[in-house]
Amino acid sequence: MAGANSVLDAAAIRREFPVLTSEINGKPVVYLDSANTSQKPNAVIDAMTTFMRESYAPINRSAYTLAANATEKYEGARAAMAKFINANSTNEIVFTKNATEALNLIAYSWGRANLKRGDLVVLTHMEHHANIVPWQMLQQERGIELRWVPLTSDFQLDLSSLPTLLAGAKVFSFTAMSNVLGTINPVEKLCAAAHAAGALAIVDACQSVPHSPTDVRALGADFAMFSSHKMCGPSGVGVLWGREALLEAMPPFLGGGNMISEVRLDGFKCAELPAKFEAGTPPITEVVGLGAAVEYLNGVGMANIRQHEIAMSSYALEMLTSRFGDDITIHGPRNPELRGSTFSFAFRGIHPHDLSQVLDQSNVCVRAGHHCAKPLMKIIGANATARASFYLYNTTQDADALADALDSASDIF
Amino acid sequence: MPGIEDLYREIILDHYRTPRNRGELAPPAVYAEGNNPLCGDDIRVYLDVVDGVVRDVKFSGQGCSISQSSTSMMTVAVKGKTIEEVRAFVRRFKHMMTLSEDGETVDQSIKLGDIEALQGVVKFPVRIKCATLGWNTLLEGLDEATK
Repeated sequence: MAGANSVLDAAAIRREFPVLTSEINGKPVVYLDSANTSQKPNAVIDAMTTFMRESYAPINRSAYTLAANATEKYEGARAAMAKFINANSTNEIVFTKNATEALNLIAYSWGRANLKRGDLVVLTHMEHHANIVPWQMLQQERGIELRWVPLTSDFQLDLSSLPTLLAGAKVFSFTAMSNVLGTINPVEKLCAAAHAAGALAIVDACQSVPHSPTDVRALGADFAMFSSHKMCGPSGVGVLWGREALLEAMPPFLGGGNMISEVRLDGFKCAELPAKFEAGTPPITEVVGLGAAVEYLNGVGMANIRQHEIAMSSYALEMLTSRFGDDITIHGPRNPELRGSTFSFAFRGIHPHDLSQVLDQSNVCVRAGHHCAKPLMKIIGANATARASFYLYNTTQDADALADALDSASDIF
Repeated sequence: MPGIEDLYREIILDHYRTPRNRGELAPPAVYAEGNNPLCGDDIRVYLDVVDGVVRDVKFSGQGCSISQSSTSMMTVAVKGKTIEEVRAFVRRFKHMMTLSEDGETVDQSIKLGDIEALQGVVKFPVRIKCATLGWNTLLEGLDEATK
């Protein structure tokens, strides 16, 4: 059972994920680290295995049937992805290594073509390092200026002076959902504010696309990016979505095969989108796996997943608070409607690293550390936190197992 | 799977709950900073070295029980030793942590005392970095003191 209000049969879903039905030392795995990376369903594993067994071949460059079929599968995944996020066309879907590479691609290619000394890029205090460091690299190289949208005391973005912060900005790049706090940001509103200031709106959608329905057109963003491995797909592939006119106008990122239409001794011509940004042999099998993940998630229904996670959040918040009271501090919003099902917390003064070690004795998998968001950690006054994150396959039993394991940690320290 | 009791030995928890030599030292004492990028822990080791002898040592910063207790035990062990003795002691400790470098000579006759309680950390490879954080920072402090 997955909580009274859940619309999903999470117990049935988890049976489709081999790692979740495995045991370590005779005890089941309680996987609460999906904000880090998600587990994989049989549908994805089988699609990749079958592809490698039966259909593997190069794409886009050979005339034989096997290669044509592989290309069709690869491009089929692109079409499924375009539909999944309601992109205007498959030309807007670029496969990268991961979301980090997609953000670097934007900073490198769009940034170097459009930003000069003194130009303003606005970020927020709740960004992942992947949406900070590429801009800091541009800051070092070009002398662009960075400004930061701060937080309110209830872990939301403080939008009170947003128009002032955005005045004259060229870029506003922000996360759709904090990977530490769980806070879901008002993406449409932020995109509109960016555009009102004449800035580009870039959405780090790593934590939102796997967990709720996404319509990039409705969001009004210019670019968005996310990783396959957080949405039941394999690692090694990510997605950059961008408005076609912007991608069209950008210089290429990596140079090499597949991204050119012509190469002579005195220069080259870029390929059409999206090949222009996919230099070299891409992760073919992984893209096929990502396509299977999209199909799988469509089958479950993204709206259902969001509803399930709201139910999980309600349950976890109530249960942890009633069981531990002031002994647990949850760094994030209390309202399940305003947050994802990712909880960073402090517990009875026990260092998160020690906590996760003790939880591991019960096979409860949580992340401990700074979650690649060191500036945010400093702002919330924690060197490190433990983080439990829930996904479509997690049940209330998983939340209870977390609480039981937390209790056992107190016995040691 | 190794038991958690191999990791959290009583002497380790004692140094965690009641760290020795916690604090700072004013110049002319030197300090070095170390951090563990895995978990975001930061540590500072202060060293007062006079005539080649570690006359005083203190540490500050945040960390898990393993990094804090290991550093606490380290400060107790190295106080009063000559720089050469300290370096040999660190080599002996790192050898126990399976971190000897190729060709490095380790004096096995050196007694680690309470610090041997940290041997259990080796069964939890992810935590070896926690156990050695203070020691690596100490080495940097020695370099600083002997510049």
